[in-house]
Amino acid sequence: MALARIRTLTLVGLEGHVVDIEVDISEGLPGYTLLGLPDTALTESRDRVRSALVNSGFTWPNRRVTVSLSPAWLPKKGSNFDLPIAIALLVATGELEQKNCEEIIFLGELGLDGSLRFVRGVLPALLAATREGFHRAIIPSSNREEAVLVRQMQSIGATSLLSVIHFLSTGEREKEELLSGNDFSDSSAIDLSDVIGQIPARFASEIAAIGGHHILFIGPPGTGKTMIAERIPTILPPLSHERALEVSAIHSVAGILEKRGALSSIAPFIAPHHTTTAPAMVGGGVHIVRPGAVSLAHEGILFIDEAPECSSGVLDSLRQPLESGTVTISRSTGTTTYPANFLLVLAANPCPCGKYSGRGRSCRCSSLQIRRYLQKLSGPLLDRIDIRTFVEAPTRTEMASREIGESSSTVRKRVMAARAASAERFSGLPWKLNSRIPPRELRSRFAAEKSAMAFLHTELDSERLSARGFHKVLRLSWSVADQKGHQIPNKDDVEIAYLLREGMELLQ
Amino acid sequence: MKKAQNSLKVLGAAGEEEVSQYLQRIGMRIIDRNWRIRGGEIDLVCEEAGTIVFVEVKTRTSTLYGTPFDAITPEKAFRLQRLALAWMAMNHRWGQDYRIDAAGVWTDGYGSFEIELRKAVL
Repeated sequence: MALARIRTLTLVGLEGHVVDIEVDISEGLPGYTLLGLPDTALTESRDRVRSALVNSGFTWPNRRVTVSLSPAWLPKKGSNFDLPIAIALLVATGELEQKNCEEIIFLGELGLDGSLRFVRGVLPALLAATREGFHRAIIPSSNREEAVLVRQMQSIGATSLLSVIHFLSTGEREKEELLSGNDFSDSSAIDLSDVIGQIPARFASEIAAIGGHHILFIGPPGTGKTMIAERIPTILPPLSHERALEVSAIHSVAGILEKRGALSSIAPFIAPHHTTTAPAMVGGGVHIVRPGAVSLAHEGILFIDEAPECSSGVLDSLRQPLESGTVTISRSTGTTTYPANFLLVLAANPCPCGKYSGRGRSCRCSSLQIRRYLQKLSGPLLDRIDIRTFVEAPTRTEMASREIGESSSTVRKRVMAARAASAERFSGLPWKLNSRIPPRELRSRFAAEKSAMAFLHTELDSERLSARGFHKVLRLSWSVADQKGHQIPNKDDVEIAYLLREGMELLQ
Repeated sequence: MKKAQNSLKVLGAAGEEEVSQYLQRIGMRIIDRNWRIRGGEIDLVCEEAGTIVFVEVKTRTSTLYGTPFDAITPEKAFRLQRLALAWMAMNHRWGQDYRIDAAGVWTDGYGSFEIELRKAVL
């Protein structure tokens, strides 16, 4: 048979498209033509496939080889086409039978020795394949951990081209350890009980986790801002199966799923460095758009340490994802949308030298420097931050104490109970978290107790609170009320919320 | 050096001779051989049922450096195409159907030849 057709998938963002690989071997001078908008990695596949075939004991057809990837208009990328192209060539040269390869999705990169290597994006590709009605896939063994998450798909792992061929002709699989793929784990190596003291910051984190409020930690270096931020995922409710799959799919596309663990249901924690660029933050790339930090932090925490050192363009690029929960990037080859629904956690020093806290005795910054420093954060971004909290150095007694603070699991239980309460309250409404209550509803259906509202109105009158701040405080007060188990925020809850929101201004 | 080049020339000529005999056996009429202009050379020009057939012959004693057909690179193929058109113009055959074939010849160097003809390779 001089003609063969094999199926594989390519990804555009997180969306998978089935690609038909057709190979035609015809009379003529030896040559190799690859059609269908391949990228560089894919064009290079010819040399990998040739060496893999020859080193697996097959002969390279010394004829005119035409490989066509259809649909032709779709730009194809990556090295996962190596295996399907090699299989199609073997079918075309008569080494394999076409009927043994029907209804199977092939994915994998080939080494020159014919070994089958790890590729990115297997999880979203297989999810798309099941939607297209496929139930069988041959993938590299190293990708099995993520592949078994797709339960409707029978994923056959292989370590080499020869073992794929052996399976196709005899149906015998390689021996491999069983992976269940059913139990997502939410265990974590870190725990909130590692943090000494820091009662206000702990409380602020808990409220942030309950209502999905973005948060800013301000404090001198070495006091535990990063430590607390890293532990917020451990107090967030574990991700549902669908959400965990979605998060794992994004990490798979970025090629960092191994680092996270395919079976993790812990909310991701992504901490880009403050010198990061806008394309790294929101996603980018020349032809192919890769997910950026905001998408990797989907359903989790995006933590930016030393936020005022961040270039303003990078911080401003966060505004679209903060607003819509998605990020859309356009390049010459098309437009890609990735989900980007994250909880933003910013950390900042109180001043450029970092020592302006308490009485600020050892701080060497001028008052102008101090004022300018935090002003870099001001504007539209700061508007979206609900909680601003100070993280002070632990005191002598706290450091000496042997008492261990609350553990993550204790706090997480409270967070989940509070979220359940708010979910019940918002059932049938388009939002689920307190931080998303629209302003109109805050003044009518979701207002606080009368005395509490009166307090806020007085603050408004005396110009200590802006109209926007008014709404933010109300939203926060709902999270405080949920934490304390109140049906409706009372005056205490509102005052606590007021401190969480305006704490910075009050202290300065 | 001189000797090696000569022996290659002899090998090539022997291959071409074998191919011309083979082509005649399968019913082609040889109308020109080793036609040479400044741009290059056409090994064999034949005629088969009104179609002009240009044949490029490549002879090899081993496939260590690829098959004879591997030696026809895209640049050489392009040159063949131009030579063919030049031959048609200069021999007043302009407008007639034509095609370009490639003939690969394997030989052990002691008089045994194996020929593979690939038709219409361009």
